[in-house]
Amino acid sequence: MSSVTYDHVVKRYTSDVTVVKDLNVDIKDKEFMVLVGPSGCGKSTALRMLAGLESITEGQIRIGERVVNDVAAKDRDIAMVFQSYALYPHMSVFDNMAFPLQMKHMPKAEIQKRVGNASHILGLDNFLDRKPRALSGGQRQRVALGRAIVRNPQVFLLDEPLSNLDAKLRGQTRIELQKLHHDLETTFIYVTHDQVEAMTMGDRIAIMNAGILQQVGTPDDIYDHPANLFVAGFIGSPTMNFVPVTMDDGHAKASGFSVKLPKHVGSRKGVLGFRPEAVTDRPSEAATLDMKIDVVERLGSDQFLYGQVGSDTVTARVDPRLKVEPEDHVKLGLDVRSLHVFDSESEKALL
Amino acid sequence: MQVSAEAAAPTNAKADRITPVSILERFQGVVLHVAVILLTVMWMIPALGLLISSFRPFTDIAHTGWWVALSPPFHFTLDNYAQVLKEQGLVHSLFNSFMISIPATIIPVTVAAFAAYAFSWMKFPGRNFLFLALVGLLAVPLQLSFIPVLSAYVKIGLTPNNWGFVGVWLAHTGYGLPFSVYLLANFFRALPSDLFESAEIDGAGTLTVFFRIVLPLSVPAIASLVIFQFLWIWNDLLVALIYVGGSESVAPVTVQLANLTNSLGQGYNLLTAAAFLSMIIPLIVFVSLQRYFVRGILAGSVKG
Repeated sequence: MSSVTYDHVVKRYTSDVTVVKDLNVDIKDKEFMVLVGPSGCGKSTALRMLAGLESITEGQIRIGERVVNDVAAKDRDIAMVFQSYALYPHMSVFDNMAFPLQMKHMPKAEIQKRVGNASHILGLDNFLDRKPRALSGGQRQRVALGRAIVRNPQVFLLDEPLSNLDAKLRGQTRIELQKLHHDLETTFIYVTHDQVEAMTMGDRIAIMNAGILQQVGTPDDIYDHPANLFVAGFIGSPTMNFVPVTMDDGHAKASGFSVKLPKHVGSRKGVLGFRPEAVTDRPSEAATLDMKIDVVERLGSDQFLYGQVGSDTVTARVDPRLKVEPEDHVKLGLDVRSLHVFDSESEKALL
Repeated sequence: MQVSAEAAAPTNAKADRITPVSILERFQGVVLHVAVILLTVMWMIPALGLLISSFRPFTDIAHTGWWVALSPPFHFTLDNYAQVLKEQGLVHSLFNSFMISIPATIIPVTVAAFAAYAFSWMKFPGRNFLFLALVGLLAVPLQLSFIPVLSAYVKIGLTPNNWGFVGVWLAHTGYGLPFSVYLLANFFRALPSDLFESAEIDGAGTLTVFFRIVLPLSVPAIASLVIFQFLWIWNDLLVALIYVGGSESVAPVTVQLANLTNSLGQGYNLLTAAAFLSMIIPLIVFVSLQRYFVRGILAGSVKG
């Protein structure tokens, strides 16, 4: 139940290895914040600095109003769920969950009560005497969550907690985690490399790449208004189409088509970005895409066409009832309301 | 046993169909088994001979090999044991052996566990250098240390007359530590780091982590180290002879055995009985600790 502030935080291992560069994020009280990015982007390091497992090279991390740079991990009033769960293999489920409370020398009755409470929330009541090795992956994951819940911490830190679960269980646990966040009314900070988890779970998302924070915003905000080329390409599946264009007189000209932009962005070279769903089934006023289809993917609810427009590769999401085959030529249009233009040098969004 | 049964199952399934590969696999299995059994038998034969001889009367031992006793007429006797236990002070020397071996096992293993924990999970300056230096000591023959250590003992009065077995305990501790620390440090290092980080966040201090997490998870490694160290000390003649001497009141069973051959020359029959008695103890230690060698004690801690 506390806010978390990263204030110009830097993590440097040696003078030329900097894994987190000038990170500034304000995480609000009770917020579900997701840190997302490709592996090695510094998101886990950012989390571990908050947990107290890594030192902070420069800047400040605050939990609430308190600067925690020099506070020991155990005194930060946080709880962490590890990707590997990190359960104590020789202890029963009960002892695993009771361990952090025993470390605080809490009275036995209170420990009983809290562990009972957590195991009830997580449906672990029948497993309290078991050892972790006698549990399934999903149950172990819940024990790890339970060990965090019993402490009643100000901030929950979750480091890729779902990546060791199979796909079906992952979907379920995603929903359970959101419910848990709602019930506990605590700040959650969740690290993942999976943009689907980020989009579905986060109140807000912070996207990192190569140690640099790219954008912070709500999932909608980030999806509709990516700040740069990296964010645009990272969020969304299939990924956004990127087509090199030359802009002149309010038009963007690609190798195979030309589209009228809703706003003037000057005359220069750039990259036109549009999501597969921004492609319409028939030619629109703004543009006509003459696409030679390479691959057709039918998913029942959706149909994806992969092909060439001019010399550019384009993915389109179209009505599944549209009957097309590879090698066909189809004429498609573009929804100009969801076009993005990026500067080809700075990769920043211009539109 | 469970593990081997599981491992064998797919092989059996494959063997249902006879293919060149399955025949080859079976053949390899047979060769492996034959080799293991042969080696075991070869190592067992002297011990078996010793055991049988120890039950034979002196006149038989002097004239025929031990294998003759396996065919009738059978001449077995317990006289050798009776004599060794009653007259040769073997009981007392067995007691001495325990008095030396037990503390000389517990002390180095305890010290090594603490040291190994520090070497593997605590950060301090010079850690790697110290560890290398310690491991380097493995290459130093212990004979080098006899004269300086003994003269130091004499100077500070740490002799068997004043301090009993303390001198030999410390000597064994010193000789055993490099290997013990090396073995345990390697094992501790392989424990998943997430466990330590999780414990740190949970509020466990260094000692709590050591006693509540590292030690319980390291039972197999510690059990094997205890066996190694105990066997080494139990079977040691040289260090005991140097630090406690050969007088009967303090001599361990190894020294007493050596004395038996010297003093009796022909007392071969007594030697067999005494030697077998001294062998029995480490066997009991090994058999009683071997169940801790089960693998998979870490199963379920991390991942699935």
